[in-house]
Amino acid sequence: MKRTHIAVLVAGAVLLGAPAFGQVDLSGMWAAREHQDWEERLPGPDPVDYVGLPLNDAGREKALLFDYSVMSQPEHQCGYYTPFYNALGPQGLKIWSKNDPVRGNRVVAWKLSGFIDIDVTTIWMDGRPHPSKNSFYPYSGVTTGTWEGDVLTTYTTHIKAGYVRRNGSPSSDQATMIQHIMRHGDLLTIMSRIEDPAFLSEPYVVSRTWVLDPRANIAATSAACEPIAEVPRFDVQGVVPHYLPGKNPFVNEVSQMYHLPLEAVMGGAETMYPEYRKKLKDKYVRPEKCVRYCGQDATLGLITDGSGKPERRESGR
Amino acid sequence: MLLFLLEPGHIKAQNAGVSARKTAKAAAPIDLTGYWVAVVTQDWRQRMVTPAKGDYASIPITAEAKKVGDAWDPAKDEAAGEQCRSYGAPAIMRVPGRVHITWQDEETLKVETDAGMQTRLFHFGNGRPHSGPVTWQGESVAQWETPPAGRGGDEEPKSGSLKVVTTNARPGYLRKNGVPYSANAVLTEYWDLLKERNGEQWIEITSVVDDALYLRQPWVTALHFRKEPTGAKWDPTPCSATW
Repeated sequence: MKRTHIAVLVAGAVLLGAPAFGQVDLSGMWAAREHQDWEERLPGPDPVDYVGLPLNDAGREKALLFDYSVMSQPEHQCGYYTPFYNALGPQGLKIWSKNDPVRGNRVVAWKLSGFIDIDVTTIWMDGRPHPSKNSFYPYSGVTTGTWEGDVLTTYTTHIKAGYVRRNGSPSSDQATMIQHIMRHGDLLTIMSRIEDPAFLSEPYVVSRTWVLDPRANIAATSAACEPIAEVPRFDVQGVVPHYLPGKNPFVNEVSQMYHLPLEAVMGGAETMYPEYRKKLKDKYVRPEKCVRYCGQDATLGLITDGSGKPERRESGR
Repeated sequence: MLLFLLEPGHIKAQNAGVSARKTAKAAAPIDLTGYWVAVVTQDWRQRMVTPAKGDYASIPITAEAKKVGDAWDPAKDEAAGEQCRSYGAPAIMRVPGRVHITWQDEETLKVETDAGMQTRLFHFGNGRPHSGPVTWQGESVAQWETPPAGRGGDEEPKSGSLKVVTTNARPGYLRKNGVPYSANAVLTEYWDLLKERNGEQWIEITSVVDDALYLRQPWVTALHFRKEPTGAKWDPTPCSATW
């Protein structure tokens, strides 16, 4: 009898120790691989480069008012990006879980930290509803999640107005985001779907992959930020860097540099689909040689920035 | 005692495997068939148009790869009948276009592309022994990856993904502008099916290209395709080295 009890307890422990159906351990340090959209994610996108973005007219008009100098204003220097930035930015992710203190192995929330420029995202797994749209909310918004098989699907609301691309392509406080988080061994893939009735005519869908790396050493919170006077004129009250409608001096820059028709550079849902290539075919002339942002590896003599000149660096430095 | 407690379900699962192994088609935990469109929101300038020679952004190339890329000559490729070099397995899913997925037979999933008019065959089971000439799409061995079966071992998998490993592809380009992959490149893909609140279905492909000759580290990317109701926009277009 006693032996039977022990056996049942052992068997129970084995079964309970296994993950419940449809739950994958996402925790760990996930290193970014800048193998897609490197220029947009690391050096940063060019002004007025909206290719592949489903901006509507209002979104495009607002984007064209954006002046990069706004980032130097003291009130903007320490502002977080929206939760989209987990998907759109260059950073790695630290993921960990919060467990029910009473029932132990039940995950009540997943935490995602992108370390820099972004608040920690809490994915609530306890079935709570999203709060009233009038309730207070942090930069991370409010995110809930459910497992769909081995895929964690999250839904984020209460997002503050921000950007879907760092060149001022806007997102409004009506935007929402769905993310599908998948783990395949040491790979983590997140497909993000951003919807914004104010500035997007279709969902903006972006996919990114990270690689498990215990040495990635990603912090759980962003470093402290202290705003300083970077540009003296911004200390004058009332100065807000911007371009008036029709006055953005960079409108033609990307078009000229990459020989793209201006209507493609202006983005829109149409530019996301394969058939748009037919419209490009007779208007596009391939630039003979890459002269800017040609690759990440300076040791190969590549031009790694917008200077037009290779950054000479010896291998191993 | 512990073994005794666990054994019945284990035996049942084994017996089921021996007596009635399901075909890959019957065992599919997700339905990938249908027409799907690439929604190009990533690497737009490198995918929607042919980028300039020497644009290696986002690809962790080696010095050897740079030599090959710097010597890229699309007119020469076209003249040599090599216009499909940028449509091989490691590159084809990044080419803007539509894919049509069907079951060729009970153990083979067929993926056709309208861009470049290529056909990929995903062989389940032990894979098909290689024979004949090396092709752009190489040899692909597929398997379903499913969560552990429910207690008792007799539950049907309710979810899962497709893993595909492709080797023996004819050397070609990862990018239209001549960034090379070698004959030893290995492509590993994970295909997931995602369902949205509005009923849309998407395929997410996590892709890893290993190629010690031309890549400093595995090239890791992710792509997405949205399901279309019909094949009305299917537009077969031959390979082109220049566009």
